[in-house]
Amino acid sequence: MPSSVSTLTKERTEDAVPARRPPAPVRSLLRGWRDWASVAWFLVPALVLFLVFVLAPIVVAVFTGFFKWGGIGPMDDFVGFGNYTRLFEDEVFLGDLGRGLYLIVLSVTVQLPFALFTAVLLNQRLRGRAVYRMLFFAPYILSEVVTAVLFTMIFLPGSGMADHLAGLLGLEGLQGKWLADPSTVMPTLFVVMIWKYFGFHMMLFLAGLQGIPAEILEAASIDGAGAWQRFRHVTLPLLGPTIRISVFLSVIGSIQLFDLVWVMTAGGPNHSSETMAIAMFQFGFKRYQVGYASAISVVLFMISLVFSLFYQRYVLRRDLSGAVTSGGAR
Amino acid sequence: MNARRTARGLSLHTVIWLIGAFVVVPLIYAVLSGFKSTGELTSNPFGLPEEWKVGNYTGILGDGMFWRQIANSAGIAVGTTFFTVAASAMAAFVLARYAFRGRELFYGLFTIGLMFPFAVAVLPLFLMLRTFGLLDNPLGVILPQAAFGLPMTIIILRGFFRTIPAEVEEAAVMDGCGKLRFFWKILLPMARPALGTVSVLAIVASWNNFFLPLLVFNDPKWQTIPVGVQQFQGQYSTDYALVLAYIVLAMVPALAFYAVAERQLIGGLTAGATKG
Repeated sequence: MPSSVSTLTKERTEDAVPARRPPAPVRSLLRGWRDWASVAWFLVPALVLFLVFVLAPIVVAVFTGFFKWGGIGPMDDFVGFGNYTRLFEDEVFLGDLGRGLYLIVLSVTVQLPFALFTAVLLNQRLRGRAVYRMLFFAPYILSEVVTAVLFTMIFLPGSGMADHLAGLLGLEGLQGKWLADPSTVMPTLFVVMIWKYFGFHMMLFLAGLQGIPAEILEAASIDGAGAWQRFRHVTLPLLGPTIRISVFLSVIGSIQLFDLVWVMTAGGPNHSSETMAIAMFQFGFKRYQVGYASAISVVLFMISLVFSLFYQRYVLRRDLSGAVTSGGAR
Repeated sequence: MNARRTARGLSLHTVIWLIGAFVVVPLIYAVLSGFKSTGELTSNPFGLPEEWKVGNYTGILGDGMFWRQIANSAGIAVGTTFFTVAASAMAAFVLARYAFRGRELFYGLFTIGLMFPFAVAVLPLFLMLRTFGLLDNPLGVILPQAAFGLPMTIIILRGFFRTIPAEVEEAAVMDGCGKLRFFWKILLPMARPALGTVSVLAIVASWNNFFLPLLVFNDPKWQTIPVGVQQFQGQYSTDYALVLAYIVLAMVPALAFYAVAERQLIGGLTAGATKG
């Protein structure tokens, strides 16, 4: 989830630059059992919930992934890395990885610039901008399922609104295709993703834009910078931390996309819109190959983990130590 | 100069209107279509209904199942929020205001939860819930949702608890206030805005969750709104107008909640990006 990550980096920023940290209101080191007991007492509910429902499932998935198992009865058919070799020989699964990458690339190169563009527009003095903001953010509040059903209806071959619109615009070639044709299903899903999520990123960018001091932009325009130059050389760099958080959230979101796709296409036609999460669901809950599905979970987990660690280490690190953050975001 | 500015203003508005249309047209389409018959939907997809059929909407509103799903979703959202916020507030309290060995370790443990996609855990989670006998039990949805909500909630609350000056605590202790009483009587009331924000986030996340209720609830009497919408679409797949009416009604509580809690929701989502 959004703010979390950014707050996380902020938190680290403070730790990394002790000089700037406000004196933390922290008690002196605990003395004796009573203090330890009260710490434990406060920590236990969260810790138990977290260990049982977040960490344990991942351990279970790793374990189950080594077995050929249908989900019921004893787990006694140990196959080692068999499930994994099968996965990486499966063309459909390799396609899932490719489709995940496709969504990531489009999100970062199309959705985020669009969100940034909208944010810059709405950051100007403009009549009714509060209404526009609320409106553009509204789809984010709706559940993915409601969004998915709505757009299933819009893209219905023959009678949906999209076919009629395509007719009006002279794009008859698209009629009847949309979600029904392997060549158009992914771009169509991506349009729905933009509809649902661009407002969220727009809000992040707006918050970032409001953190940019007006004096800097004024100084730039006194120095003769045009609107584009101000955007390119002042706004964009100062928005760096927000953009990097947005990219992070887009990538993680694209990797685990499930609800939207499941309701709209269930991965079809003929696997052409299948994502990793869809494959996991199909094998785990429809085809009762729980061991194999667990292996998919583990791969999904490894991808997210490796990406998160690298991203935190090499990309967000700039925000942890850099002057950019203190200029732009505080 | 003035004419140029007007022209610029006009084109700006045109662009925003286009984006607005992209967002709004699907929603208006759904609302209007709900008043049509499915036959009319095909012949007249854009215009106003020739004859406003209120029956689609009233039929759904008269159906106990719809209300049951709303009530289930609401109950589960309240339960999730209670567990998330209670457990997080307690943990954030000690993680923010006590110095003890391993504090950063525990904090780090919670924060890595942010990186775990829910999709990863859902299959083993299902197996575990089955073992615990929590299938077809609201706790089977509430507890995992609360657990996955912890990382973000703890991060936000810890940040907030740190901003409450140490003098407040010292004064309370001088007046003979114990830790538990300080937490309960002083810290929590002072943290009300932050608690409001994290509660709103928890409610929205729970209300929209689909994956887990889909797996945990077999018995229709527990179905939540997102699962209900999907089932309804499957059941009445050819009656497009009716399906659209159903999703319009399913949107209403979420949008109404958004209208009321907008400030806190957006504040919560953007807090991290703007201030430390």
